[in-house]
Amino acid sequence: MAKSNVSKVLFGPIFDNNPIALQILGICSALAVTTSINVSVVMSVAVIAVVAFSSAAVSAIRHYIPTSIRIIVQMTVIASLVIVVDQVLKAFLYDISKQLSVFVGLIITNCIVMGRAEGFAMKNGVWMSFLDGIGNGLGYGMVLLFVAFFRELFGSGSLFGYELLKLSRDGGWYNPNNLMLLPPSAFFIIGILIWVIRLNKPEQIEES
Amino acid sequence: MVEHYLSIFLKAVFVENLALAFFLGMCTFLAVSKNVKTAIGLGIAVIVIQTITVPANQLIYNFLLKKGALVWVNNFVSTTTYDFSEVDLLFLGFISYIGVIAAMVQILEMFLDRFLPSLYNALGIFLPLITVNCAILGASLFMEQREYDFPESCVFGFGCGVGWALAIMALAGIREKMKYSDVPPPLRGLGITFITVGLMSLAFMSFSGIQL
Amino acid sequence: MPQRDSVGYTILVASVLCVVCSLAVSAAAVALRPYQEQNKILDRQRNILDAAGLAMGEFGRSAPELSKEQIDELYSRVSEKLVDLETGEYVTDMDPKEYDPREAAKKPETSVEITDPQFDIGVPKRETIARVYFVKKPGSDAIQQVVLPVYGKGLWSTLYGYLALKNDLETIEGLTFYEHAETPGLGGEVDNTKWKAQWVGLALYNDEGDPAAEVAKGAAPEDSEHAVDGLSGATITSRGVTNLVRYWAGPNGYGPFLEQLSKEISGEATLAEPERNIDSGVEQYDIDNAGEKEPVGE
Repeated sequence: MAKSNVSKVLFGPIFDNNPIALQILGICSALAVTTSINVSVVMSVAVIAVVAFSSAAVSAIRHYIPTSIRIIVQMTVIASLVIVVDQVLKAFLYDISKQLSVFVGLIITNCIVMGRAEGFAMKNGVWMSFLDGIGNGLGYGMVLLFVAFFRELFGSGSLFGYELLKLSRDGGWYNPNNLMLLPPSAFFIIGILIWVIRLNKPEQIEES
Repeated sequence: MVEHYLSIFLKAVFVENLALAFFLGMCTFLAVSKNVKTAIGLGIAVIVIQTITVPANQLIYNFLLKKGALVWVNNFVSTTTYDFSEVDLLFLGFISYIGVIAAMVQILEMFLDRFLPSLYNALGIFLPLITVNCAILGASLFMEQREYDFPESCVFGFGCGVGWALAIMALAGIREKMKYSDVPPPLRGLGITFITVGLMSLAFMSFSGIQL
Repeated sequence: MPQRDSVGYTILVASVLCVVCSLAVSAAAVALRPYQEQNKILDRQRNILDAAGLAMGEFGRSAPELSKEQIDELYSRVSEKLVDLETGEYVTDMDPKEYDPREAAKKPETSVEITDPQFDIGVPKRETIARVYFVKKPGSDAIQQVVLPVYGKGLWSTLYGYLALKNDLETIEGLTFYEHAETPGLGGEVDNTKWKAQWVGLALYNDEGDPAAEVAKGAAPEDSEHAVDGLSGATITSRGVTNLVRYWAGPNGYGPFLEQLSKEISGEATLAEPERNIDSGVEQYDIDNAGEKEPVGE
């Protein structure tokens, strides 16, 4: 019983209840940082860390929070965690933190974090909330990596920073698809991803 | 002089539209754009909040947070106890800005409830959601990154709000029309909306390079 | 256990939360600050080494791929000095390492308005004191290159880069932009290695001594002394690059400094000794103590 619960919480948000593709949460950063897989990986790890630990923290103090300041308390916990993550990135992964720029701070407003804190952590135990945070973070990361894969490969001819298709401007044959490096491409790719997911899971199709 | 401010405003509305160029505020953007009336209401609320919070955060940044900002405290405390001009509190930026935003939204909510109850009811749950709208925090963060002064912040905040509102109203209009189109089921709703926004974003790129 | 929703309890919880979060955040910020400062300096050193071509020359790779030890080794050949842009003289009462030119450009007491320049770099003011870099020959104090920070507006963003000059202070060794947000594939081609290679050997000034290097419209004429090919589809970025190179080469930028530097390098060279090799003056010019005592000269 516990086992199936854990796997449901951990893996459910990847396809069945994906925060981006179904719950429409956390999209902003998904679109802006996905020109490079490395950057997307760091962003995903940052989000997983913040959602997991903030859900756990909120769950731990859920019996002591007065209802009138509930949202502010959650927000303070989340904001503090994000600041710590930002400081760590600037100290140990400086180049990537430069590319992430304002988007690390925007994790605070990433609806996934607040959504899980309010929607799950307030009603469940610490361990389950932690896992739920990881699960939703993974679902978010999955979409990010999917989009980044195509954008980096076709936009820069590389994956993880390693050159796969030699670019014409460096003397090679591949003329990169610059649209992939521009913002609209992220939208198109996610739209197609949703299409594919719903072809396989028709229960997610919206009634007209 | 006026050109400089007009340029900041137009850039914020068209060239660097928060919703269509930077994808900020997407969650509410996609969720509330089903219906033009609610989109207009939300858009106006966003304009108000942006115009107030960006300059307010600029004052906090300038007088409290950035390196050397606390130099005015030296007037009240003798420098032998502690020299405040070296203090750099920039790392408290996120939490201060979001605090200001949450407070402003709360005040706006109370104001609407008292004086414009119909709008208050129409917006419902979305009003508190403005607090977590990344576009609001994002505008403050851009203001900090670009080090705008107070008048520039006012214009920039207003421009960001107008740009975001423009984008959501346009999308709502398109989505209302699309209800009559024959969209394949798996693409219906969220999927086709993403593609539509992608196309809108592409269209807004045509504004690049406009300088006054 | 007090009532969960009572005012007193609410205030208590709020206060405890504030204290705990502030402690956690401040502890992280203070503990990690040294690492962050270190990173900023390393980043700047990497950019200089890339602009001067040292990383590629010595190790065959670009600077971001080198380790800290390799960067330290290469950077031992680089000397930093602060220069007053208006007079061209050295500023010795500040530490070049600690100086932040971008901060200075924002404060009114350390910046000057750019009013009606011949070449428009698209920003309202610039810093009064700049940090310049001298690259020395390995194992000696002789100057091989001078690296000058330059910047100017492109289409979407301000491009920040370094202009590397040979020790004759007229021939360009390279123009490298380490920060910009131009459109990838169009203005972003300022990073294209083939385009960057065109800058090598270009003459910065024309015969009258005016800044003449430029990005041409379309392809540059064969064997052009002053022009590189235009970037197709990137008129505004190209124009921005031309303007910034010419502005900083001119009398409002590093012009006065370069004049001073060339005088000091060649000592008291008179017309009676036209065949004197400029390099021998350079060999003896002790760059690290320049501005503090008489140059060694002859």
